[in-house]
Amino acid sequence: MKTILQTNAVTKSYTVDNVTINAVNEVSLEIKAGEFVAIVGPSGSGKTTMLAMLAGLLSPTRGNIVIDGQDLAAMKEARLTRFRRQKIGFTFQANNLVPYLSALENVELMLRLNGRFDRAGRQRAKDLLAQLGLGERLKNLTSQLSGGQQQRVAIARALIHNPQIVLADEPTASLDTERAYQVVGTFAGLIQSQNLAGIMVTHDLRMTRYVDKIIQMRDGQINKIIDTRQAILDFADARN
Amino acid sequence: MYIEQPLPKQRASKRLTLAPSLAPGLPIPFFLAFKELWRYRGRYLLISLVIALITTLVLFIGGLAEGLGAGNKEYLDKLNADVVLYQANVDLSIPSSRIDRSRVNNVRRVEGVKDVGTISFSNATIPLGGNAAPLKVSLIGIEPGKPGEPPAFEGETLKGKRDRAAIIDKNTALRTGLQVGDVFNIKSIQGTEEKLHPLTVAGITDGRQYSIQPSVFVPYQTWEDIKPKSVVDNGPETPIFNLMAVQLDNPRDFEAMAARLENQVSEVEAVDRKTAYESTPGYSAQQSTLNTQRFFTLLIGVLVVGGFFQIQTLQKVAQVGMLKAIGTSNLSVAIAFLLQIIAITILGVLIGGAGTLLLALSFPATVPIVFTPESVATAIAALVLIGPLGGLVSVRILTKVEPLTALGLAS
Repeated sequence: MKTILQTNAVTKSYTVDNVTINAVNEVSLEIKAGEFVAIVGPSGSGKTTMLAMLAGLLSPTRGNIVIDGQDLAAMKEARLTRFRRQKIGFTFQANNLVPYLSALENVELMLRLNGRFDRAGRQRAKDLLAQLGLGERLKNLTSQLSGGQQQRVAIARALIHNPQIVLADEPTASLDTERAYQVVGTFAGLIQSQNLAGIMVTHDLRMTRYVDKIIQMRDGQINKIIDTRQAILDFADARN
Repeated sequence: MYIEQPLPKQRASKRLTLAPSLAPGLPIPFFLAFKELWRYRGRYLLISLVIALITTLVLFIGGLAEGLGAGNKEYLDKLNADVVLYQANVDLSIPSSRIDRSRVNNVRRVEGVKDVGTISFSNATIPLGGNAAPLKVSLIGIEPGKPGEPPAFEGETLKGKRDRAAIIDKNTALRTGLQVGDVFNIKSIQGTEEKLHPLTVAGITDGRQYSIQPSVFVPYQTWEDIKPKSVVDNGPETPIFNLMAVQLDNPRDFEAMAARLENQVSEVEAVDRKTAYESTPGYSAQQSTLNTQRFFTLLIGVLVVGGFFQIQTLQKVAQVGMLKAIGTSNLSVAIAFLLQIIAITILGVLIGGAGTLLLALSFPATVPIVFTPESVATAIAALVLIGPLGGLVSVRILTKVEPLTALGLAS
């Protein structure tokens, strides 16, 4: 499988009152196409800072990040912005959608940003929203959608422009358990079916049942990487 | 190294519309700007109405400045003369300036002078009959056929020096209903008696107000007979005038001719028409007061619009952060915002302009409001600028929003 994302000893340091704090410390990881990875850890473990660096929103103090063969550190701001809109899909914990656009227009926004909006694109956006159970909600504004529906619109927006990698920051934070399972399950299915790389930052360990790999962070470092498929196989072997 | 992928060519849109559901070919800044405007149209219409009120205020103050200014300067501004001569050392005060015939003759002899006419000012009233208040007018004595006499756009100019005829200006005609050939009375106090002097309307000229009053032009000798006087007499032996209107052989030679006139004719001061009307009593003070009001109204407009957009901007920092995180450029965000401001401002100015026009049409002729193309164009240009000027701080805030805010982080 093709490697989509690779980080090499990525560190992010902050100096406060002459004390240097490593929010992320020497993190190296690799994610391949079709892999869905969860970054978990307690508050302050560095998982959101890591996500911000993977998204090109924050520059590492040391180390480098390569996505789809492109080193983010080599790009200037304007190119990085273009890179984000072409290669990366995002869902955020809050303020995910543009409130004055309908569900369909929010999804189409990524196509418009990439200069790829046409009637075929509109149809693809409609199909994707229908696939996510929002076929009847295309013209609804954000305020007319529930939290789960908003997250599903955000997922559609993250995927519509065929990015290489999808980043999700606490996508289930404002959802009840049933909705959370539904959203992450759908997300995982789409990432795997479209052969993308997906990274989800979450504090909710129940959501890791849908991922291929769990990266546990603590104090800015990777504490443990669990390959969930291998773990299930190991568990099955142990039972037999 | 990042190599940008070529994107498939966008299919030509069959229609371009701002309808909420389509607008396929619209560039991102236009799309975001107009979608937001349409979605929150009530809120934005409100600020457009504020701009409309400011527009109305600015246009009315401008119209009033123009109207009052015209009331003071109209006659002197349109004077068919290149040089206006006053008595020296009177601070260009028309009532104080007193010029006798010998100096007029001396001016006439100066090389480069084409023609000279005398002008004398006084006040009188025209009784209107019934219960209507008499019309106060500027009674102006001129020499028929000489500089200082206005052209007659209806009827004819004045002929004899003692004719009991007058040219009335448009304002007098409008407010009295007088027409060419009509006879009217000029009332003046002479000694202690009110006297009525019948005059025939020989001609009607355009707006030629002086001292914020409509004007009646009569030959100098007639003026001398009918003007208000402290004692009744037959007039002074030596006629006295207030001003001389001088036409030059070469009007471009103003500076040299003004100096020559002051050198060769004793006790005169030569100025151009602009200086003359700017020196009329109260003109500069009035104009500077009105211009200050206009400036502060525009400043209030900038602050109101700026304040509104700043609040709007602060409310959508998180949303802008998200837009930047998903790949919207700073330029697109700034252009979208400026488009909104420009659209709202233009709408406000259009509403205000239309409202002002309708209001002005309902005003009686006595209200001194005049809209000239130049003053309206200047006011509109200034008004259209208040939106973008007011929004500059907000643009700066928007461009400084970091995409990191989408993740709840700040650098």
